[in-house]
Amino acid sequence: MGGASRLLSDPVTAGAVDRLFRDHFGRAVAALIRTVGDWDLAEECVQDALATALERWPRDGVPRDPGAWLVAVARNRAIDRLRRDRVLRVVIPQLAAEISAEDRDDNAAPDEPVSTSVPDERLRLIFACCHPALAPEAQVALTLRLLGGLSTAEVAHAFLVPEATMAQRLTRAKAKIRAARIPFRVPPDDALPARLEAALDVICLVFNEGYAASAGDAHVRRTLCAEAIRLAAVIAELMPDEPEVLGLQALLLAHDARREARVDATGALVLLEDQDRGRWDAAAIHRATRLAARALRLGPPGRYVLQAAIAVEHANARTAADTRWDRIAGFYARLAALAPDPVVELNRAVAIAMAGDVPAALARIDALAGALEHYHYFHAARADLLRRLGADEAAADAYMRAITLVGNAAERALLERRLAEIAGARDAARSPT
Amino acid sequence: MKVLLTLYGDETIKGVDSPQDIARTMQAWGEFGEAARAAGVLLVCDALEASHTATTVRVDGGTRHVTDGPFIETKEQLGGVILLEVRDLDEALEWAARTPWNFDGCSTEIRPVMDYDAYAARAGIAWEEPAAS
Repeated sequence: MGGASRLLSDPVTAGAVDRLFRDHFGRAVAALIRTVGDWDLAEECVQDALATALERWPRDGVPRDPGAWLVAVARNRAIDRLRRDRVLRVVIPQLAAEISAEDRDDNAAPDEPVSTSVPDERLRLIFACCHPALAPEAQVALTLRLLGGLSTAEVAHAFLVPEATMAQRLTRAKAKIRAARIPFRVPPDDALPARLEAALDVICLVFNEGYAASAGDAHVRRTLCAEAIRLAAVIAELMPDEPEVLGLQALLLAHDARREARVDATGALVLLEDQDRGRWDAAAIHRATRLAARALRLGPPGRYVLQAAIAVEHANARTAADTRWDRIAGFYARLAALAPDPVVELNRAVAIAMAGDVPAALARIDALAGALEHYHYFHAARADLLRRLGADEAAADAYMRAITLVGNAAERALLERRLAEIAGARDAARSPT
Repeated sequence: MKVLLTLYGDETIKGVDSPQDIARTMQAWGEFGEAARAAGVLLVCDALEASHTATTVRVDGGTRHVTDGPFIETKEQLGGVILLEVRDLDEALEWAARTPWNFDGCSTEIRPVMDYDAYAARAGIAWEEPAAS
């Protein structure tokens, strides 16, 4: 590392510190919660450790184990706070007892080599943040703030709420964790599958929030997708043999790989079949494919593994026409067998239509009318099949119904184009052959 | 930590009226109480008489009004309370799942009992627990 002033003003270095910090934030917070037993104190002290890192790392260089360094600095800070603050000693008796028993050397500068074997406590943090006793929006906010290291302002921005609202949401969630004693541990085996699913759902929600073309600015949306993928990778690293975790990671990677091709230059949504597959991220698709294959080998596939298998099938089709729709229909059938879901049945019907049997697919879709009457995609899918069968009049009615229900502007534009195509075809008096 | 479980449900549900039903219900609660006591978590476990036996006192404009009936007239009424000493919320949830209060329409609310030391410390007031007499 060179001179202090040059490095301090060097934006690349500041960015590197920021990146390092974000990578280590969740681990440091998790380690601190485990040590001090108080979420607020842990978060504040890790934040303080960042300030110290931003000051020192550009000047003195980055420690060999930045994570262990942050934990050590944050822990010392927590102990200092505890020594000074009588209230903290009462509300955090656990650490108070510990430090009174231990003779801490005040001169043990955090720059000194510290143990590199900080146990990874992030799984505990994930399960605590995603505890079903917390409101879903609080689960998402806590996960992004404490595991992802996003600032409160960033989380607020991502969910289009004022920063004060988000700050209050986080404060309340932490107060509940403290008062109700939501445990900081990995659930026992009998509770693990359900709780893991809940945690994966939170990460999936974060991704969907970023992937939806409807709200927020592009940068924030991209951050959310990247964060969800990173969190999925963290869990996969910590639970490498859980198929659903690999499934989620593969699912998110396969969807994110298509991001660039999903929207055209004007911001309009491009259908999967019309996307420029050359713009898909081949490396991400390769990773997703390997993850999904491994997940499928690990045992009977769950919800995320099957969704990943479907996404990977799409991602690996060289052209839309090459898509192996029969396989996709098969995966949808297995998804439907896991839990009855009319939306899954709808997608299954579409896959059956794409595999060639349009009349059978339409019969399946019509059977879902009761459940999906108010779902725009139901009418849009039905319209597409009717159009393929040459029933333009009925197709036009269904498109119009879909247009009245759709909320997303890009999707509405697409449906209106489809409707205009039918109208155009009828105006040109071209009879279906 | 202490947690209070309050058990709510529809009192008007029929089907637990026969002597056999009542005997079965009481036995199930007895088994729950025994298990919880054996685990060292049970402090209180009691059922309440039906809500039509309740009396409510309201203070309004400085006057106390005594009225017949529960605090809130609603289909779902408080039917019992359980006080447990547990490690954390998950342990409370486990015990909540083991009560016989688990048929359709049953709700169990779990509330932590206040930690006075922490409450007073955060409020910045001196407080000491009165010595037990």
